[in-house]
Amino acid sequence: MNRFILPVVIFVALAGVLYVGVRHSPNKSTMVSALLGKPVPTFELPVLGAPGRTIRSAEFAGQPWVLNVWGTWCVECRIEHEALLAIAREKRVPLVGLNWKDEDDAAQQWLATLGDPYVVTAVDKEGRTAIDFGVYGAPETFFIDAAGLVQYRHVGAMTAEVWEREFLSRLTTRGLP
Amino acid sequence: MSRLRGWMACMALSLSLAAGAVDITLLPDPVLQERYEALTHELRCMQCMNNSIADSPVGLASDLRREVKEQLIAGKTDDEIRSYMVQRYGNVILFSPPMTSSSAWVWILPALAVIGGLFVGIRIVRRRSQLVDTDDSDVETQDTR
Repeated sequence: MNRFILPVVIFVALAGVLYVGVRHSPNKSTMVSALLGKPVPTFELPVLGAPGRTIRSAEFAGQPWVLNVWGTWCVECRIEHEALLAIAREKRVPLVGLNWKDEDDAAQQWLATLGDPYVVTAVDKEGRTAIDFGVYGAPETFFIDAAGLVQYRHVGAMTAEVWEREFLSRLTTRGLP
Repeated sequence: MSRLRGWMACMALSLSLAAGAVDITLLPDPVLQERYEALTHELRCMQCMNNSIADSPVGLASDLRREVKEQLIAGKTDDEIRSYMVQRYGNVILFSPPMTSSSAWVWILPALAVIGGLFVGIRIVRRRSQLVDTDDSDVETQDTR
């Protein structure tokens, strides 16, 4: 009987290591942002639909806000749009759009037909601001607290459930100065 | 002559396409070009996990290649460019990430496995070699026991 103990222990240990490895493997939904707890990247970008106007990240300082990275070429963005509209109706926190590597005309038409959940949409045509945020696939949604620190990043379509669990909870605990 | 040259250019282009050349960036300086190629091969394309940004045709990879190129021309060192990428995307963007407290077991575990294997192997060999000295029973009776 004794001789079976060691192989069983080794098997359980190996299974444990593999389980942890599979659970933490970098796939799109579990990749943690490198920016967490760090100051939000600064940007100054053109405003969609307002030629000549620019928006700076500093304009949101002192309050919690949410940045949603999207593009009309992105299928998941279409899927999450209803959820974003519902979030915007709550008016709990400003939802800022970052239109990533897109065409202005297509983006404006998208917002005109589907509804515009954003207080303002910044245009990142060259993708430089997206790189500063460590964006690797749209949609991505960042929560920035009142101190200007990135507190959470969600990769993939926003849902009411994710919003409540990951964003609203942080809004009440960390959002207020 | 010019027709021949055009034909050769076409051949070169189709050959490079056949070889799957994604990146045709050329830097003014051969030293910079070498560093550019080394760096773009050691940075992971975050959208297609097992490609480097040099091998990936997706938009983000070309944006990151542009970033590498611009920073090289601006005189940044390789380490500065690497840390620029790590600050934004985390260590996962490096194909050979540094050893950290959370990833150290990747190095330690194989060593432990080898040491453990040696230990078990030596014990088995020792025990068997002792059997030869002490066991003078008949082979057949041992089998049927």
